[in-house]
Amino acid sequence: MTQAAADPRYGAAPPPRRRWRLSWNDPRTRNLAVQAAAIAVVAAAVWYLAGNAGRNLAARHIATGFAFLHRVAGIPIAEQPIPYDPATSTFARALLEGVLNTLKVSLAGIVLATILGTFVGIARLAPNWLLSRLAAVYVEVLRDIPLLLQLLFWYTLLQTLPAPRQAVHLGPAFLSNRGLRLPGLVWQPAHSWAALAALAGVVLSVLWARRARARQDATGVRPPVWPVAVALIIGLPVAVWAVLGAPLGFDVPVRKGFGFAGGVTVSPEYAALLAGLVIYTAAYVAEIVRSGIEAVPRGQWEAAGALGLRRGAILRMIVLPQALRVIIPPMTSEYLNLTKNSSLAVAIGYQDIVSIASTTLNQTGQAIEGIAIIMAVYLVISLTISLFMNWYNARVALVER
Amino acid sequence: MTSSPLARLPAVLLIAGLLPAAAAAQGSGSATLDAVRGRGQLVCGVAGAVPGFSLPDSQGVMRGLDADGCRAIAAAVFGDANKVKFVNLSTENRFTALQSGEIDVLIRSTTWTLGREANLGGLFAGVNYYDGTGFLVKAAAGVKSARELDGATICVQPGTSTELAIADYFRNNNMKFTPLLIENRAELESAFLSGRCDTYSTDSSALATFRATQPKKEDFVLLPEIISKEPLSYMVRKGDDKWFDIVRWSYFAQLTAEEEGVTSKNVDEQLASTDPNIRRLLGTEGDMGKALALDNKWAYYIVKQVGNFGEMWDRDIAVLGVPRGINNLWTKGGLQYAPPLR
Repeated sequence: MTQAAADPRYGAAPPPRRRWRLSWNDPRTRNLAVQAAAIAVVAAAVWYLAGNAGRNLAARHIATGFAFLHRVAGIPIAEQPIPYDPATSTFARALLEGVLNTLKVSLAGIVLATILGTFVGIARLAPNWLLSRLAAVYVEVLRDIPLLLQLLFWYTLLQTLPAPRQAVHLGPAFLSNRGLRLPGLVWQPAHSWAALAALAGVVLSVLWARRARARQDATGVRPPVWPVAVALIIGLPVAVWAVLGAPLGFDVPVRKGFGFAGGVTVSPEYAALLAGLVIYTAAYVAEIVRSGIEAVPRGQWEAAGALGLRRGAILRMIVLPQALRVIIPPMTSEYLNLTKNSSLAVAIGYQDIVSIASTTLNQTGQAIEGIAIIMAVYLVISLTISLFMNWYNARVALVER
Repeated sequence: MTSSPLARLPAVLLIAGLLPAAAAAQGSGSATLDAVRGRGQLVCGVAGAVPGFSLPDSQGVMRGLDADGCRAIAAAVFGDANKVKFVNLSTENRFTALQSGEIDVLIRSTTWTLGREANLGGLFAGVNYYDGTGFLVKAAAGVKSARELDGATICVQPGTSTELAIADYFRNNNMKFTPLLIENRAELESAFLSGRCDTYSTDSSALATFRATQPKKEDFVLLPEIISKEPLSYMVRKGDDKWFDIVRWSYFAQLTAEEEGVTSKNVDEQLASTDPNIRRLLGTEGDMGKALALDNKWAYYIVKQVGNFGEMWDRDIAVLGVPRGINNLWTKGGLQYAPPLR
């Protein structure tokens, strides 16, 4: 900037501002008029469509509005992240179950697909011939099979597990075609406090890390960060839990009636959907990771090698941080795709938001409202993911000085 | 005519200008009927995957009670039962298809309920099957009654009245169940066969036909309880009363024909009948067809080309081993009853 200011050509007064004239020859008037016309056309189209839909719905005596949300739903739901009873719960509650089920599979899917995809992507670049070929085959095969087929494949595979009465014992857990039945922790107040302590530990660790950095910048001596963070995030909750009497109880599943009683279930529908989404999306993530790593100039590897760093350390400390800049923007798209692809759950009987909303619109007959709810839910989830990823992208972006 | 063509020109222009309005005012009086005639084809929404109701045969021809119901309407409108286009619909998209005008009539094992009639913008025109929700279990499970199903996993199609009926039944009997909801019927049935569910629940007619089509039907038991009323009906859009009349009376004509002993085999001889009921039905007396804005021989075409209700039943349902039961004529102890065709 100082150079620019020193340039005499830039030092002069700002260019004269032209007066705004109400004439077609003035570009500003022209732009304003065009934009106003565009807005008017869009508004008119929306107004016409809304009015048209409203008139036709009225003419056909189809109920409209969102009043149905407060009616008792009556529809049964298999996977209930929050308590739900078809006899008393409303459609709003049923839809909330759907949203939570969508989030449950999407978030787990994003985390697992990132981990698996990163490993496959790195494996594809590995000097080991067998490993890189295997990774290449994985990517090429799984990208080419439609996701719906993969989901049906996993689901059919899980259905071939033994019936509950012949369930496979895995320690205290049961594996059958009803899913994986695991012992559940009996939640007690002490656990809530411990969870709260863990959260506090994370916040304190972040603050400590900032302090440590400031100290390092000022004195050149870096105070220990990792030991403190471990103590805060793991030690603090354990201490809180121990002080409160260290209660620990498990709800162990037992065979009963048609299936099992007690414990928590990972249903075959959830498992098949998660497996399908993770394995399919990981193939794309692997390609993104590979392209990101290859975008880092070879000179970086060679320079780091010349300094005596091992391959793993070069990857972790030199290459990946630079590759992230290339990786993050396309990764955002993959996360959005995974979330939207989770709507294929309908095909295998996992009750996500699309499944519950379409049952709702079928029971109430209010298709427009039902679809609007689905669109709003995906819009909010997608925008949230985008916002987070954009924030992260800005953080890792190359800061030029 | 005394006026010259030139003198009539203004009148012709006037009529031409008013043509769309005139068609609506002086056509059949039914927008749906006009649309069907204009298109030369009835568009009928069916399941397309339920044996006995609508399922394509090896030649690709849609067969079943629902499919034949569509054909009867086409016969009444066109005098040709083959002028039907079948649209396969799932339980979840059927009402939207009807509401949006994609189909002219929905004959898809759809239960007549107050909620649907009041909220969905549809009218139910006639019950072609009096059904009820039942449960099918594997014989190996050793279950004898629906009361023993506490804690069971139940395969059921989403968006159906069955799913609501099951929820009510289990709640009434203080029992719990886990639903497995898959929209695609084939996927759902394969989940039941693989043992993912303990029981498969839907209309007992569909359970009976499903059982009948299994390689070893002794392996499956239909539980004795019928837990709900499921009158499966024809459905049309609200706001077109004339079309509603045509759909409902096409079905009543088939019932009347069975009651009067008129079949596709003897209908030509019956044209000479002296029985006033038969003469009115076949259009040799009175103007019943014209009152519906149809050809006066509308019911003749239905019986000739599709048959009466009993023939339809024997062809589509009885072959699967399902007894007629309450779906018999009222004169034979059943519920099928047509108002007088006069």
